[in-house]
Amino acid sequence: MKNEQGRAILEVRGLTANVAGVPILKGMDLTVREGEIHAIMGPNGSGKSTFAKVLAGHPAYEITGGTVRFEGKDLLGIEPEERARAGIFLGFQYPVEIPGVSNSAFLRLAYNTVQGARGKEELDPLEFDDFIREKMKLLDMDPAFLERSVNEGFSGGEKKRNEILQLATLEPKLSILDETDSGLDIDALRVVANGVNSLLRPDNAFVLVTHYQRLLNYIVPDYVHVMEGGRLIKTGGKELALELESRGYDWVVEEDRANTSGRAAAAATTAA
Amino acid sequence: MTTAVHPYIDALLTGTRELPGTPYAWLNERRGAALERANALSVPTTRDEEWRFTDLAPLTRLQLRGAAGAATVGAEAIRPYVMPEAGARLVFVDGIFAPALSITGADSDNARVAPLAEALKSHAGALEPHLARLAGFEKNVFVALNTAHLRDAAVVIVRENTACGKPVHVLHLSTQPGTASYPRCIVVLESGAACTVVEEYQAISPDAYFTNSVTEVAVAPNARLHHVKLQAENGRAFHIATCAVSIARDASYTTQAISLGARLSRYDLNVALNGEGAFSQIDGLALISERQLADTHTLIDHAFPNGRSVQLHKTIVGGAAHAVFNGKIFVRPGAQLTDSSQQSRNLLLSDKATVDTKPQLEIFADDVKCAHGATVGQLDADQLFYLRSRGLPEQAARNLLTYAFGASVIERIPVKSMVQRLERVVMAQTGAEA
Repeated sequence: MKNEQGRAILEVRGLTANVAGVPILKGMDLTVREGEIHAIMGPNGSGKSTFAKVLAGHPAYEITGGTVRFEGKDLLGIEPEERARAGIFLGFQYPVEIPGVSNSAFLRLAYNTVQGARGKEELDPLEFDDFIREKMKLLDMDPAFLERSVNEGFSGGEKKRNEILQLATLEPKLSILDETDSGLDIDALRVVANGVNSLLRPDNAFVLVTHYQRLLNYIVPDYVHVMEGGRLIKTGGKELALELESRGYDWVVEEDRANTSGRAAAAATTAA
Repeated sequence: MTTAVHPYIDALLTGTRELPGTPYAWLNERRGAALERANALSVPTTRDEEWRFTDLAPLTRLQLRGAAGAATVGAEAIRPYVMPEAGARLVFVDGIFAPALSITGADSDNARVAPLAEALKSHAGALEPHLARLAGFEKNVFVALNTAHLRDAAVVIVRENTACGKPVHVLHLSTQPGTASYPRCIVVLESGAACTVVEEYQAISPDAYFTNSVTEVAVAPNARLHHVKLQAENGRAFHIATCAVSIARDASYTTQAISLGARLSRYDLNVALNGEGAFSQIDGLALISERQLADTHTLIDHAFPNGRSVQLHKTIVGGAAHAVFNGKIFVRPGAQLTDSSQQSRNLLLSDKATVDTKPQLEIFADDVKCAHGATVGQLDADQLFYLRSRGLPEQAARNLLTYAFGASVIERIPVKSMVQRLERVVMAQTGAEA
């Protein structure tokens, strides 16, 4: 739900970032408040995934300017693990396989680390097993996944479910789901979406990064943003996603170009 | 009586000339021939291509003698290594069979698990084509030494079209300091047979000793062997082992060879795909630290068409330790449609750790697929970020990934209790918690 008077969880201002010396983010601005669902859409290469990874603290990206505040505190100065413990969760576009580490051990380690950091009670393996099986029911996951290595040999859909399972386990304040819908068939999409919908609370928020409108049939966003050239160029409601689906992105880009050059012309006139 | 050209070899051969003959002329002959070769051969030096990185000088400075009879070892000594899954267990103490610690009775209809002297009485015919023959001693002084000492051995014979449902455990325990022991194991799978054999080396002595072992494996058509080798000698020990494997038509040989212990270890694994459609999977893991050296040389010999081999060799090297891997793939003329892949993956945990890895492909057939790759390096950056993004501190994430790097080989071992035991060892050594 739109929550214009609510507390801001995330405030991004003028964020710029490079990868390998190449600017990718060129002035991102975004405010996410409690209880809100935001969708960031945009053509390939617009910087959507980079933005998601920068929020989670991926070391490959160099921040060159701007600020990010999470629950009022500076986010950019802290390590990825501290961000996770503070309540940021990134659902990966390509969840990483870790052969040799069982999913159950991984989930419990992550859970206990985050719980410990929040001053909450940790669970021993038996208690955790009960806890995690409940969460798996929510996502229609076979408990056999607990015994397998993290994501190893999982299908695309299984990997994404496993991401949402981690989300459900860690109970973050802000979940950023990077192309969670890619590689999902319609049944898996429905399961994942139901999972997300059931996890939304008045005091947390979601940012969905997606190329297609499809996911937004199941998870209804309060805001739809269009990203292009490393910044947001348009913001609307859920109906914007449908319009993008039928008309593509070109018209938004054109509109933005006209606005930008209009502003530039106005600025030039003022200067003269 | 002859004298060895090399005084060190001569000392190691003390006693072999007085070994009592066996009732089997062919065995006496092979032993005699091996003694002759041992007399003629020298201890390899780093000038030998096959021993470039592995200096045996510290071994030659060690005063060694044969085991002074069977040591008395109680059941409590082997308790940490007992595998509840095993159907049979043969225990050798300082190379000498220990009947009181062994269980040979189970699965008697399908398999014969026995010490050599007993096995020969009923199965000399099955052993004769392979024993002291698969592992060539013409050029290898350590195989020659072992064969010259051949008296005891662990024998596993699995009958045609049967499976020994439970794994067979062959446990070698070193107890007496300053001894040289010569363990031998021979595994014969008749056609269509299936079995899992675990060959394990442990020590309860903290002092230096020398294990010089030979394993021979014959897998008949359509048979399947899973062979686990665990080398967990003490940190002062020397372990030099050769395993020679012959795989017949449509048969398969799968192995995990884990090296944890010994100041210096060397494993020569020679696998011959001796029939059409033969398959081998060879996994190796060396986890070493301090000043340990672990050297693995493998030879996979594709001699017939349609053979397939998959190899993954991993090392985790800490401290000032040194891992060596030489992986030779040989594809003979006529071994068309051979499909082989070899991966060497190495993790260095400190600045002083070193690894020498060398793929060696010699291909004499034109319609084959041979892939190989080697990496020496750091942990995977994507995996590291993934774990950190879930709240794990960087060091804990690194430890866990190091553990996982090893555990992914260990979990291929088909004996659960052993997997758990090894996971604990790797966890302790990598500082991982899970």
